Amino acid sequence: MTTVVDQAPSRLAPADMARAAGIGLRTRRLRSILSALGIMIGIGAMVAVLGLSESSKSDLLSQLDALGTNMLQVQATSGIGLGPGTLPDEAVAMASRVGPVEIVSSVGSVSGANVYKNDLIPDTQTGGLSVVVADPNLLETLQGMMADGVFLDEASPDFPVTVLGSVTAERLGIRDIETPTVVWLGDEWFAVVGIMDTLALSPDIDRAALVSVAAAESYLDYDGVVGTIYVRVDPSEIDDARNVMPATVNPENPDQVQVTRPSDALEAREAADTALTNLFLGLGAVALLVGGVGIANVMVISVMERRGEIGLRRALGATRRHIAVQFLGESLLLAGIGGVGGVLLGALVTAGYAASQGWDVLIPTVAIVGGMTAALLIGAVAGLYPAMRAARVSPTDALRTL
Amino acid sequence: MNRALHLEGVVKTYPGTPPVHALAGVDLSIDDGELVAVVGPSGSGKSTLLHIMGTLDRATSGVVEVAGVDVAELSDRDLSALRAHHIGFVFQQFFLLAGESALDNVADGLLYTGMALGDRRAHASDALSRVGLASRATHMATKLSGGERQRVAIARALVGSPRLVLADEPTGNLDSRTGMDILGLMEDLNLEGTTIVVITHDPTLADRLPRRISMLDGLIVDDRLGVPA
Ligand SMILES: Nc1ncnc2c1ncn2[C@@H]1O[C@H](COP(=O)(O)OP(=O)(O)OP(=O)(O)O)[C@@H](O)[C@H]1O
Ligand SMILES: [Mg+2]
Repeated sequence: MTTVVDQAPSRLAPADMARAAGIGLRTRRLRSILSALGIMIGIGAMVAVLGLSESSKSDLLSQLDALGTNMLQVQATSGIGLGPGTLPDEAVAMASRVGPVEIVSSVGSVSGANVYKNDLIPDTQTGGLSVVVADPNLLETLQGMMADGVFLDEASPDFPVTVLGSVTAERLGIRDIETPTVVWLGDEWFAVVGIMDTLALSPDIDRAALVSVAAAESYLDYDGVVGTIYVRVDPSEIDDARNVMPATVNPENPDQVQVTRPSDALEAREAADTALTNLFLGLGAVALLVGGVGIANVMVISVMERRGEIGLRRALGATRRHIAVQFLGESLLLAGIGGVGGVLLGALVTAGYAASQGWDVLIPTVAIVGGMTAALLIGAVAGLYPAMRAARVSPTDALRTL
Repeated sequence: MNRALHLEGVVKTYPGTPPVHALAGVDLSIDDGELVAVVGPSGSGKSTLLHIMGTLDRATSGVVEVAGVDVAELSDRDLSALRAHHIGFVFQQFFLLAGESALDNVADGLLYTGMALGDRRAHASDALSRVGLASRATHMATKLSGGERQRVAIARALVGSPRLVLADEPTGNLDSRTGMDILGLMEDLNLEGTTIVVITHDPTLADRLPRRISMLDGLIVDDRLGVPA
């Protein structure tokens, strides 16, 4: 008479487990969607932040790639007690003799010469714009582009000409050079022959009106002093070049020479963005946590409401474990739906914003995988307590309720 | 003849002040193939008795044997397996799953046996035909009338061909005419050899059954064989 004990145990096939877990969702759709919303927003925020930071970083990198990170900017150290500082006359020639240097271009400034739209504006209103004396190869060295017109060239024309940096042109309200335009550079009218595109690596030049050395000498009071030297060097030897540069351009006082790498600043900007990214990730994590609490709450209510169902399933032969797995599965399903929705939402936001910025859309796999993992983890934690409660429901008590 | 159920000095006490003695010492034997009615006033312990016979609850003391096996020796998992394979339940409140069709509700009677869904549905389809509801198979449980729901519940109880079916006031929510139909289904099932215990408040229903047990205050006060139907 042991036939009863010998029989097969209660079994619930995995597919049936999934179906059982989905039953609560099917019968309570709106509530399920609402409870998944918290997770969705949390994951969405995290995926969007990671996607956006990745997209913007890749954009920056391609920008850096285009600009080249092999430019060095050589200046005399300025500061209290040192005065404006100047480089020796032979600095340009010396710099070009450094092995890895590929191209050298120097600029100087004309003290006292400012940029005005016309000669009626008081001298003191400089607008933060300056007159810069540039070599013809400056455009090439900076790898800049012309927005309109042409750059300064070797052949100095009979009349004074200037090329405007992008900020200068904007401040002066000059959009193109179709209508002949002149600007007042301190002592003289200069014809505008070109407008440059924004130079990501040398914002100083953006805020300048450029004139040739010849023009500066004949029309302005230029003493030939070189302020800054821009050099492009072989990318593999950039550190060497950077190290020897001070002693090369100013052998007597190498400590009065400052060598910077403008692309470093762009990279620093990226690092600053990381802090913001972390902040938003933190906010996303908080939303995720709140979402998890929401799911736990809904699951606890669901267990109380479905006591009858629990009692019935126990009568049909479900073990406590089967009941626990069903409710845990439901919680995982809710969180999983939230996770998938969140990844889609985050991807959508990233795609939308990246498109508006003209970036390539990049959503890191780690954001998608991490987002889903986080969602499921939260779902598991949120479902654990309700599932245990459901498993502990006494079948007789459950069947008495209605 | 084998004993489907055997209870000896079964006591069920619910703690509290004062404690409730829902069953105060029940001795009862039911043979395989019997059809038994349990009657008694509200609170007399009928449902408690049914739950203990169905292994949904354990007795505070006494011996409970189902098909000759002392259930006290079985683990919770063993009892679940016993219910999955061996015992069918029918309840006054039907307990159909709202999100499922009539067919799937019946198929759920086999859910915890590990049978594949296709096979469960095939069996469920047969069971629905037996209770005369083949045409309602695809209807959602919520769209059915009370009598139809109880027939679905009976189909669910019998789909696994259990040896024992326990029904707690299966006609309690139905009009007397429908109640008679439901009882007819039970009688048919019993004719095939299934042992059935039915709790009922309806004396005319109870009188139709071959054996009637009367309960009062947690005790069996009368146990008589009636006119066989
Ligand atoms: N979980 C519980 N805790 C305390 N007392 C309980 C519990 N369950 C049942 N009881 C009590 O046990 C007694 C028997 O209850 P039971 O449900 O078996 O009665 P019944 O004969 O089925 O009544 P009815 O005809 O109304 O369904 C009742 O007095 C009831 O209040
Ligand atoms: Mg009862």
